[in-house]
Amino acid sequence: MAVTEVLMAGFGGQGMLLSGKLLAYAAMEHGKEVSWLPSYGPEMRGGTANVTVCVSDDPVGSPYIIEPVALLVMNQPSLEKFGPRVKKGGIIVVNTSLIPITADRDDCTVLNIAANDIAKEAGTARAANLVMLGAYVGWSGIVDESVTIAKIEKEFASKAKFIPANVAAFKAGYAEGAKMKGGA
Amino acid sequence: MAKVLMKGNEAIGEAAIRAGCIHFFGYPITPQSEVPEYLSRRLPEVGGLYLQAESEVAASNMIYGAAGVGVRVLTTSSSPGVSLMAEGLSYIAACELPCVLVNIMRAGPGLGGILPAQGDYLQATKGTAHGDFNLIVLAPSSVQEAVDLMLVAFELAEKYRNPVILIGDGMIGQMMEPVEFPEVKVGKPLGPTDYALTGCKGRERRIVNSLYLDAQKLNDHNEKLKAKFELITENEQRWEYYNTEEPFDVLLTGFGMMARICKTAVDVLKGEGINIGLFRPITAKPFPYKPLRELIDRSKRVLCVEMNMGQMLLDVQFAAEGTVPIDFYGKAGGIIPSVEDVVEQLRAAIAKAGGSRSGK
Amino acid sequence: MKKIFSYTDGLTKKTTHYCPGCTHGVIHRMVGEVIEELGLRETTVGVAPVGCSVLAYEYFNCDMFEASHGRAPAVATGAKRCRPNLTVFTYQGDGDLASIGMAEIVHAANRGEKFTTIFVNNAIYGMTGGQMAPTTMPNQRATTCPMGRDVEQVGHPIKVAELLSSLTTPAYVARVSSHTPEETVKAKAAIKQAFQYQKEGRCYTFVEVLSICPTNWGLSPRESNIWLEKEMMPYYPLGVLKRPEDFEGETDGGN
Repeated sequence: MAVTEVLMAGFGGQGMLLSGKLLAYAAMEHGKEVSWLPSYGPEMRGGTANVTVCVSDDPVGSPYIIEPVALLVMNQPSLEKFGPRVKKGGIIVVNTSLIPITADRDDCTVLNIAANDIAKEAGTARAANLVMLGAYVGWSGIVDESVTIAKIEKEFASKAKFIPANVAAFKAGYAEGAKMKGGA
Repeated sequence: MAKVLMKGNEAIGEAAIRAGCIHFFGYPITPQSEVPEYLSRRLPEVGGLYLQAESEVAASNMIYGAAGVGVRVLTTSSSPGVSLMAEGLSYIAACELPCVLVNIMRAGPGLGGILPAQGDYLQATKGTAHGDFNLIVLAPSSVQEAVDLMLVAFELAEKYRNPVILIGDGMIGQMMEPVEFPEVKVGKPLGPTDYALTGCKGRERRIVNSLYLDAQKLNDHNEKLKAKFELITENEQRWEYYNTEEPFDVLLTGFGMMARICKTAVDVLKGEGINIGLFRPITAKPFPYKPLRELIDRSKRVLCVEMNMGQMLLDVQFAAEGTVPIDFYGKAGGIIPSVEDVVEQLRAAIAKAGGSRSGK
Repeated sequence: MKKIFSYTDGLTKKTTHYCPGCTHGVIHRMVGEVIEELGLRETTVGVAPVGCSVLAYEYFNCDMFEASHGRAPAVATGAKRCRPNLTVFTYQGDGDLASIGMAEIVHAANRGEKFTTIFVNNAIYGMTGGQMAPTTMPNQRATTCPMGRDVEQVGHPIKVAELLSSLTTPAYVARVSSHTPEETVKAKAAIKQAFQYQKEGRCYTFVEVLSICPTNWGLSPRESNIWLEKEMMPYYPLGVLKRPEDFEGETDGGN
């Protein structure tokens, strides 16, 4: 059973639910089975928000995951809460623009990504969530870069002016991730 | 048709449209509000009717009115709202009208919480409201199954002229999964509607009524409803066996999303060479007692896992008739038993059963 | 010989169960005649309430629902919204409409549901044996206020017609009475107007009919008529409180 469980977490409004959706869309394009399970409720409005995406060759069993193999975190509370739960040998992507600490896990790969800074350079700091997604995709190769970009373009189709900055942010993150994979 | 990624709540709304239902009355409540939100957008596109009621009490009586004039109608809610709909459901069942209700369950009792739970199993299957009546209760364990069962729900409602309730927990409402929809059936006519109030032109007038002041007549009406449910019980049981081909000592049971988490737990232990059988009712009512009993008779012990304090457990105990010990593991309040939790409970059950027959 | 009075096709020939002197029969007759005169019988669906007129489905000669207590406006909403070509009416008493069903009636009126409500206000719970209603008059005795309605404890009687008239949504709202032949003629005209507006798809239509309950008031029918006129009419004034024409030209949001 080749299942990859990806937990993405941050404050509500930081766009991690959207990053999860884009990953799920892209994985579907590759013929994978997926599930997208969010935290919901008041949490979504300013509190912490997280989503678990499962990508699998077979139908997804339990979509409810305690120990993910990958964690993408946008804020410190999420890192503190979920960091210790990542499976041994897993990967943690930390947004160092907003998190002053790093993951204390010797048994996992830790990607320190200044997501907000990279996003700002790409055109908008609001696309930090896509830098994070890009870094994970670039590092893991779980989905193709071009397929994901197509999904971003589709997602923002009704707000076309945002497409270039968001795609640029994703690409910049992707490059960081891919580079670190080479270096790891 | 290609698969699309959709939230359970939205997929349920779309499935209703695909089933030919274009009339919706409801009231917003977390965690099912995406159903009315979706349908308020979608139904006008297909020439349908969306109306937000002033309360769940009113909504359940609006669907009574809609079902009574012979249209296909849906309402959706979550636990506290379903309690308020109990009134309408009793009348609709009493008047033998078809309709579909969806309960995306949240944690109770009282105002409880908004996180996923399965605490309304007994409400749906046993004591929905006053009087002797029976709902047909469907319990999907994936978004795709929720879609498929929505179509079944309308078919059964119309076949038996009986309300059907689909129960899912907040997880199935909120999660997104790829789904495939059947061909559009918008405008598909209802079956025979010789009960419907459509104006008495060219026929005798009709009455949709559940008042019987004559005891014998009311008794006869109850007998009729009972006979109908016996027929439903005979014809409409649905269930799933998982990993039951080879011998097992411990049988695991659960319904809805919990059964799916259980499935992964079964897979985990299978990877270690331990065989666990899994039974999942798809119709929580009529409950498939015999199919469950066949597996119980092959096991030394049963573990029932639910997101409540032990509700389907009563049906499992009823099926077992005291022949094997039954363990229960449940969490409420929005805590979801994880795969790891279930595996741990299974190991304990195996130990109590005195070792397990291994797989290969 | 010239026939000057006959059954109305709007009612069945079943003998009603109402008490001697009760005006439900008269009000039924008015509704039945209106349905017949407007040629609506074969397209009408009525909704009976819980209360004295719980068996109204036996008497109106058209398709009928029996609703749960207070929910007739919700049932009527479901019926009329799904089949807009039907003529739909609810027939409700004061306990059903003004107490347990207050939310349903207010919201149906506020949504501008295109059906008609006949609201029979006799200031008492009749069927259950004379308990206090939301419309029971101050100091009026009932089995659950044996010393008379104490407005300090339970508030004042609710003027439903005025309450519904206060809504912004266009509607036809009238209060009539059934205690004299003259008032009955006016009452029927108001009911006919309500069904006529519905026929035209204009607006929500509501007719409150003041009615007597000799049995539970403990008065003779004649005394009851006098009591209604002396005690109820000053508090519940008759007349048309609101009509859809009032809104024409003022709003474009009425339809």
